Amino acid sequence: MFFKGYRRPDGRVGVRNHVLVLPASVCASDVTDKIARQVEGAVSFHNQVGCSQVPADEAWTMEVLSGYAANPNVYGTLVVSLGCENCQMDRVVHAIREKTNKPIRQVIIQEAGGTLKAEELGVRYAKELVQEASQVQREEFPLSELILGTECGGSDPTSGLAANPLIGEVCDRLVDAGAAAILSETTEFIGAEHILARRAINKEVRDRILFIIQRYEESLARVGELVRNGNPSPGNIAGGITTLEEKSLGCIHKGGHRDIQAVYDYGQPVDKKGLVIMDTPGNDPSSIAGMVAGGAQVIVFSSGRGTPTGHPLVPVIKITGNRETWMKMQDNTDLDASPVIYGPETLAEMTDRLFALLLETVNGKKTRAEELGFVETAIARVSNYA
Amino acid sequence: MRNAVIISENDNVAVAVEHVSRGTLLTWLTPDGTEHSVTAAGDIPIYHKFAVRDIAEGEKIVKYGEHIGEAGAPIRAGEHVHIHNVTSVREKLV
Repeated sequence: MFFKGYRRPDGRVGVRNHVLVLPASVCASDVTDKIARQVEGAVSFHNQVGCSQVPADEAWTMEVLSGYAANPNVYGTLVVSLGCENCQMDRVVHAIREKTNKPIRQVIIQEAGGTLKAEELGVRYAKELVQEASQVQREEFPLSELILGTECGGSDPTSGLAANPLIGEVCDRLVDAGAAAILSETTEFIGAEHILARRAINKEVRDRILFIIQRYEESLARVGELVRNGNPSPGNIAGGITTLEEKSLGCIHKGGHRDIQAVYDYGQPVDKKGLVIMDTPGNDPSSIAGMVAGGAQVIVFSSGRGTPTGHPLVPVIKITGNRETWMKMQDNTDLDASPVIYGPETLAEMTDRLFALLLETVNGKKTRAEELGFVETAIARVSNYA
Repeated sequence: MRNAVIISENDNVAVAVEHVSRGTLLTWLTPDGTEHSVTAAGDIPIYHKFAVRDIAEGEKIVKYGEHIGEAGAPIRAGEHVHIHNVTSVREKLV
């Protein structure tokens, strides 16, 4: 089976054709926003870090900045820095070059002579890149070129009853077609780690699964917190989820049933096929950011309560198993998965529907978040709580 | 009429898929297609769990065929199962 995507010079395949205006730090984020607003086809986001960080935290930021530029949905990147931040222009460009040979332009605000001059230069570079990008045509590629990220947020019991099992079926189908699927949100493995560990392809992967969970709990313990204190959230409890174990079991359904081939650190490039795990926080925008930095071209997101979440680079397909949420939050939700609970469609029929929507989306159909312009993203911090 | 869902045949709790008032019959199908019923011992909010059989204090609560906690009190069939009568217990890795 095939999809139509954009071939990149590094050999990867995008499903969107964006020009990324990348802020190296928080101090460049307003400028990148102003540049992207002036150039149709250019996108940006608010980078709230990039300076004054401890090394471990900065490493995550650099992984995401370079991973965003390398994401196959990006044609090329204009990097904008202030000039004096820790994530210096040459370091950011070097990190991008380690991952991809796609086009890069650079603007340093302090060298350009202030924000107005930086914006003018940036707009000129961005429009050049957009014009180049517009000449790339979609071509047919096998599904094995896809990396699917999975996410759940605002969970309620329907997430575990309908939406996550449905996403799991789609993951199985993609994995069987040779693609990669990412199971994320380490927070939500806690309580189900023994079950995930059983599915590891070998002892090394098993140990890595247990290690990332232990590391996560220890990082919380260092600041005097227990993950159980925040989870399940008040919204989860109101929705009927009683314990973290129950929430976690519902959550890991969305990865499907295949063996786990690899475990990646936050934002690390995904280079294996099959079902893989990425160590991300439960916070939706931060978790999605890690998978996008890892190379995911598309995200499928299950929500019990409904959410506007999107991403500047990647289509986020949102589904809900809660039919009341579907009625209330339809403007922000791409598929009603409640027939998995109530019928008349079977799980297999619903799997066909979600798989068809996934194919339409990678071929260019806009998601609800894309239509309405929901693009907020966040880069995880080493002191993330959940 | 079906108004509840059970995930695994080993589960001792099921999930109401509509608001169910005390005294109403809760009905679900097990994966083999057999219909089962129990009378709601109290109001069960939509998507909340209830016991499909009597559960003793300290017994494991089973959903997805896995343990999700322990009964903090004796729970009767048809009774609401939630934070008031379930304790979260971290299990040892096998």
